[in-house]
Amino acid sequence: MYGYAGRVLHVDLTSGKTHVEPLNEDYARKYIGGIGLGMRLWLANSKAGVDPFNPENPLILATGPISGTMWPTGGNGHAFVSKSPQSFGVGEAKAHGSFGTELKRAGYDAVILKGKAEKLVYLWIDDDSVQLLDASSLMGKSPGETEDAIKKELGDYYIRVAAIGVAGEKLSRMACIINDKTRAAGRTGLGAVMGSKNLKAIAVRGTCDITVPKLDEFMEYVKEFHERMKGPATQKYRTLGTPENVLVHNSLSCMPTRNYNNSRFEGAEKVSGENLNEKFVAKIIGCSSCAMRCEHMCVVAEGPYKNTMTRMEYETLWALGPYCGVDRLDAITKGMELTNYYGIDAISAGVTIGFAMDCFERGILTPEDLDGIDAKFGNAEAMVQLVEKIGKREGIGDILAEGAKFAAQKIGKGSEKLAATIKGVEITGYDLRCLKTAALGFAVSFRGADHNRHGAYAFDVKGKVNRLVAEKGRGKMVRDMEDTYNLIDSFIICKFSRGTYYKELPDMAKLYTLVTGFDITPEELKRAGERIQNVARLINIREGLGRKDDTLPYKVMHEPIPDEGPSKGAYVSQEELDLLLDDYYEARGWTREGVPTVEKLKELGMDDLIDIVQK
Amino acid sequence: MVKIHERKFISADPDKCVGCQVCEYACSMTKEKAFNPLKSRIRVVRINQLINLSVTCRLCENPPCVVACPRDALTQSEETGLISVDKDKCNGCGWCIEACDYGAIMLHPESKVVYVCDLCKDKGEPQCIKWCPEEALELVTSDVLAQKARITAVKKLFQEAIEETRSKR
Repeated sequence: MYGYAGRVLHVDLTSGKTHVEPLNEDYARKYIGGIGLGMRLWLANSKAGVDPFNPENPLILATGPISGTMWPTGGNGHAFVSKSPQSFGVGEAKAHGSFGTELKRAGYDAVILKGKAEKLVYLWIDDDSVQLLDASSLMGKSPGETEDAIKKELGDYYIRVAAIGVAGEKLSRMACIINDKTRAAGRTGLGAVMGSKNLKAIAVRGTCDITVPKLDEFMEYVKEFHERMKGPATQKYRTLGTPENVLVHNSLSCMPTRNYNNSRFEGAEKVSGENLNEKFVAKIIGCSSCAMRCEHMCVVAEGPYKNTMTRMEYETLWALGPYCGVDRLDAITKGMELTNYYGIDAISAGVTIGFAMDCFERGILTPEDLDGIDAKFGNAEAMVQLVEKIGKREGIGDILAEGAKFAAQKIGKGSEKLAATIKGVEITGYDLRCLKTAALGFAVSFRGADHNRHGAYAFDVKGKVNRLVAEKGRGKMVRDMEDTYNLIDSFIICKFSRGTYYKELPDMAKLYTLVTGFDITPEELKRAGERIQNVARLINIREGLGRKDDTLPYKVMHEPIPDEGPSKGAYVSQEELDLLLDDYYEARGWTREGVPTVEKLKELGMDDLIDIVQK
Repeated sequence: MVKIHERKFISADPDKCVGCQVCEYACSMTKEKAFNPLKSRIRVVRINQLINLSVTCRLCENPPCVVACPRDALTQSEETGLISVDKDKCNGCGWCIEACDYGAIMLHPESKVVYVCDLCKDKGEPQCIKWCPEEALELVTSDVLAQKARITAVKKLFQEAIEETRSKR
């Protein structure tokens, strides 16, 4: 078989037993790989209603068919899938770097982790040899320190490691899994699922060849994409990077500021991508096999946070910056470095700190509650201190480590209305009050608040639709974007490279065929994207989520944008949301309650999953 | 009259190299028809996110690998400086690997004899250079390397001098 390794590794952490089974080819063809394959495998290996922290909740690690090849950005990705401790529905997160490629060379399309080790262990996959090794000396170490320690212990510099930090060990619901020091499978709290299994890290060495059926043709296509990646489609990522969004969003008044109290930030110039690149970016580096390079490595040269070094992207900069009212890039960079150190999702951390600051300003949290931290909006030091507290689960950090939604439940006093989450997952840097296509995309996203499940903000931000209006037709737009994004995350190619697939589906179909040898038409590929959306929806339905959960944060629906400018007065009413949801469900061929119909599942060849909707 | 060094080898510019491993893939694809960094004649080292460099054979004068081989399996071409391995003589003992200061000669995981960069002599040009997206790899002579270093150093000095004059104004 080409493209796929053809093997799935099962690891039972309770008994320490492992076994390998052949990859189900039907799953591979129908769900491609990455999150698609991961979600199908999760369904097949779990029981309905399982608690995310129960040993029986499988944590799935999957590569894609492209992983391990030289395909630019496609060779290097991996995905984690499980039940999220934030949403109690689909949890999935991907990362790039050099970890996925190593796992593929070790000969696995997926690893299914179940059970719970008696004490902290790490998994060592050395091609066919699979062992659980003692990790007690790694307890409390950061993912980066863990990576270095494991490489040293096993005596090979080129071993690749994905690890959790102390936050994952302590089951913080915003814990992530980090590989290659700065690459995070960040969202939906999967680091905590890993921690709940007493699994500190996964170390991999793979020595097998990866080959493709027609090498010359494949290399021709690689060459073409190398050229495309030097062109305008990726220019943003190679130059200013995603922090370019700061000034763009601010000018459109669509950058949530101070926990959604505003939609533009007076300090935007100070935290702009332009300023970041001029004063902080030391080098732009690349993942394995990439021909673009986007990873903006920032270094703080002076001041209290001197010598801080970390990667920086718009979302994380926004969350730790404008969302907390913070206009100091040195502090934001420090905050970011700390999130990597403790192993927490920087978006969730920033949004939760913004929430805490809002509670503080409204008197819901007192200085005593906050361990004496003066958590006013804009206090950069306070932001950094709170990241540290959350990372260690110390003092107020113990509550905030649960994420905004669960922290609000503990704090009470009306703070629930201040928590900007969807399905328990913290929102990202797009003010949904004035981006109504995005608002729909966020509401229906199967992993909770997220821009990366649909990219529907592009229609709004680029002015392709009237972003202030909710109208019929948006459902179809979101649906089509979702299907493409599902494919991107199942092939596991990088979203930053999406613009280089000029013809989108036909280009992707050609790639899939060149790598796997399986013929596939663009139409069949489109259907796979739709199937992946449906399998995700089935997971959420099985786990008790539905239309009621396809909603938006309280402030988005009740507090119109106060700022002067193009978005003033905008918000999303319940009526508008209902209209958008009805339109979307119809476009999907689902019921008004958002449940896939039996006909739809049959049409997609998902007969084996019909019982989920027939109950 | 002295003769200018003509021996060319592959050098990576540390300012440009981003550690993407494309050179490794290009090499193993060219030489082994497979994607596998373990079979690449050029390897990337990432010390931290800011320090990345690809390393391969530097075609040393009086190469230690050749000197070290107890079985005379390694020879250096007088003309090109390329190291060639006599596969029948090599028994994979690893003395050459220990002798090389750059980790540029390695034991092949399958054939169990050592292998080393040959500048893709059958292809006309080294494929890693052709594929490097950053144009970080270059075929250089030691003279060219020295010239480049010299120019960079003088430029830096010159910049500092300018800044100094500015601050004195």
